[in-house]
Amino acid sequence: MKALSQKRRHPLAAVALLLMGLLVTGGLYAAASSVNEAQAASAYSASDVEEGNKLFLANCATCHGLNAEGTDSGPSLIGVGAASVDFQVGTGRMPMQMQGPQAQAKPVQFDEEQTRQLAAYVASLAPGPAVPEAEWLDASLGNSAEGGEIFRVNCAMCHNAVGAGGALTRGKFAPSLGGVSEKHIYEAMATGPQNMPVFNDSNITPEDKRDVITFLKEVEANGSPGGAQLGSLGPVSEGLFVWTAGLGIIIAFTIWLTSRPS
Amino acid sequence: MSTPSHQYRPATRTGRIADFVDQRVGASGMVKEFGRKIFPDHWSFMFGEVALYTFVILLISGTFLTLFFDPSMAHTTYTGSYDPLKGVGMSVAYHTALDLSFDIRGGLFMRQLHHWSALLFVAAVSVHMLRVFFTGAFRKPRELNWVVGGVLLVLAMAAGFTGYSLPDDLLSGNGLRIIDGIIKAIPVVGTYVSAFMFGGEFPGTAIVGRLYMLHIMLIPALILLMVAVHLFMVVVHKHTQWAGPGRTEDNVVGFPVGPVYAAKAGGFFFIVYGVVGLISGFFTINPIWNYGPYDPSPVSAGTQPDWYIGWADGALRLMPGMLGDFSFDWIIPFPWGDNTLAMGVLVPALVLVGLLGAMFAWPWVERWVTKDDREHHLLDRPRNAPFRTGVGVAGVVFYCVLWAAASSDLIATHFHVALNDVTYWLRTLFFLGPILGFIVARRIALALQRKDREIVLHGREAGIIEMSPEGAFSERHEQIDDYKLYKLTSFESYEVLPPQADRAGHVSRSEKLRGKVSKFFFEDRVAPVTRAELEEARSHHGHHAVAAGSHEELGQ
Repeated sequence: MKALSQKRRHPLAAVALLLMGLLVTGGLYAAASSVNEAQAASAYSASDVEEGNKLFLANCATCHGLNAEGTDSGPSLIGVGAASVDFQVGTGRMPMQMQGPQAQAKPVQFDEEQTRQLAAYVASLAPGPAVPEAEWLDASLGNSAEGGEIFRVNCAMCHNAVGAGGALTRGKFAPSLGGVSEKHIYEAMATGPQNMPVFNDSNITPEDKRDVITFLKEVEANGSPGGAQLGSLGPVSEGLFVWTAGLGIIIAFTIWLTSRPS
Repeated sequence: MSTPSHQYRPATRTGRIADFVDQRVGASGMVKEFGRKIFPDHWSFMFGEVALYTFVILLISGTFLTLFFDPSMAHTTYTGSYDPLKGVGMSVAYHTALDLSFDIRGGLFMRQLHHWSALLFVAAVSVHMLRVFFTGAFRKPRELNWVVGGVLLVLAMAAGFTGYSLPDDLLSGNGLRIIDGIIKAIPVVGTYVSAFMFGGEFPGTAIVGRLYMLHIMLIPALILLMVAVHLFMVVVHKHTQWAGPGRTEDNVVGFPVGPVYAAKAGGFFFIVYGVVGLISGFFTINPIWNYGPYDPSPVSAGTQPDWYIGWADGALRLMPGMLGDFSFDWIIPFPWGDNTLAMGVLVPALVLVGLLGAMFAWPWVERWVTKDDREHHLLDRPRNAPFRTGVGVAGVVFYCVLWAAASSDLIATHFHVALNDVTYWLRTLFFLGPILGFIVARRIALALQRKDREIVLHGREAGIIEMSPEGAFSERHEQIDDYKLYKLTSFESYEVLPPQADRAGHVSRSEKLRGKVSKFFFEDRVAPVTRAELEEARSHHGHHAVAAGSHEELGQ
């Protein structure tokens, strides 16, 4: 104890203290934030990983590298987790059709089993977000009002108030969320595909993610109480409608009225 | 006074009531004046009526809405029946607007009826103004009525915007925030005006109540007043009409209000009401439940104003904040510190004011250039005034570029192009579009005039090819009938009026400018066919015409 108090005025004491503080908080944070991210990693068997590796070498390695370490044409997949693979491959975004501002959804190329094997292989490389458990995907367990608030604050600026989608810069865009499965909505939030930010579990908890899913599914199921919703695009489609259909019908009537002999 | 000069004894009960009213307010004079007012029949004359009728629908549906809407910004928690908002904190205004949509019978229909007719109202006002502009109906003596119409357009936009802001949902709050930003950009007084308007810092707790007062009282009252002035002037000036046999500058040919036009117009009111009603029943508008309560932090994608404010939003979107290293935030050093001039907001605002100002001033501009001080009651076909049509199309293109810019994000997503490219193209079109529009429209107008001239002088191409005994082929031309001929020949075409010297023999600078503008406008012109030209052409073509006529007889 004496030795410690004697050296407390040593020039490097402050540095040592800072280093210690950083290590402690960093370690605690890492422990806390990885708690619910390592969920279902153990569900994959060694043969899944092996089959996944074969599929990966045949279909993905050209861009992502032989060991998924990334190349100039594609990012490293070490640590992106099974959820990322399940989303990208499960929605048809990967394998990518062509280089562009962002990967577009297209018909899915791998079946569920193959997708699972690919996910197993990528998950075996390093820990990362896992495919979510079924309990976080059950829309009936969530609260749509809270999900709506989370959605408006975190998602609506790109995806539009009811998830109709929207534009980003230089050809990138936030896609429409209509018809997207619960699992893929969850995985998108957890992994941040394309230009989307990552909403990890300490940012939006799994319960909150489930609320967002509930909100989106409920709004979709509710339909439009006021009649045809014109794409849910807001005032632009309304204005377009009134100038084309609205005025068009009125003009047809004016022509009819003034062409009638009195 | 003492002797009963009134010998008329009405026989029926209706007659007695009418006579009672007439003796006290002199209604028969008014009925005579209004009832015998003549309206010419043409479809393009009916947009003013559409505007009036949609305004009546607005008054009726708006009255219903006031019964249930509470413009309070007090905080409350949603307890209505829309599940995705249950338990969410919101203002009373938004709560009652949601109640109108979900818990009051017929409320959603009335909201949609109100909103759709508002959109159609401003659209009808705009199309009406375009009709008046392109046909030259604003010329003497109707310049002041053009100004009243312009004021009505501005009032209509103000009525629309104040209404758009009332439900206090996310969309309307974002719109108000932009207005707040524009107000704050006004030099020196901006922040004060904003603070007075919102009762302190944005959003405060006062603005919805204040906008409500403007929306349901002040602005509608001003619109009604302006409509009264507008219609009064229409009666005083008489209606304009298209040129035609028997239709001159001194008369109006058409049907009187009573009984023909009153019946027609009354029926038309119900048609408009029916059309708007059907649209309101089948198409949703402003689904406020989707947007959620106003909160200053989130802005959702697809946040746009209603269409009539779109051009203002577009101007703001087009204006760059930086050009290379040049910033449009000008920092002006004063002894008490730096003040910022937000040119990125001020310039777009000035563009809007400039376009509206040009619209108001046009009748005087045209009068100044042409020095035409005569009254005009006959309308121009747009092709017969190529300069005006060109200017009008330039204005429309300018407006449409701003309009398109307001939906740049939706253009990007729906046509799969980059948002940045849309903005660059629209910025280019902002400068080039009106110029190209003017040139193209004027060229088309002149070409149509030349075609008309050709038809008048040489007849219509009949599509029948004849072979002469010598073997030459020619197409037979048929003379058009006299009505058509009248329509194609009776117009005026201004000529270049060079700068005129005043009495002292001096040519002023403004007169020189006027001469230049006149030359620019009227250098290219197509003169109307004169009687001499027509007779010359007819005598020259006499042989063919007779031949054509005899063939026709044979054909029949």
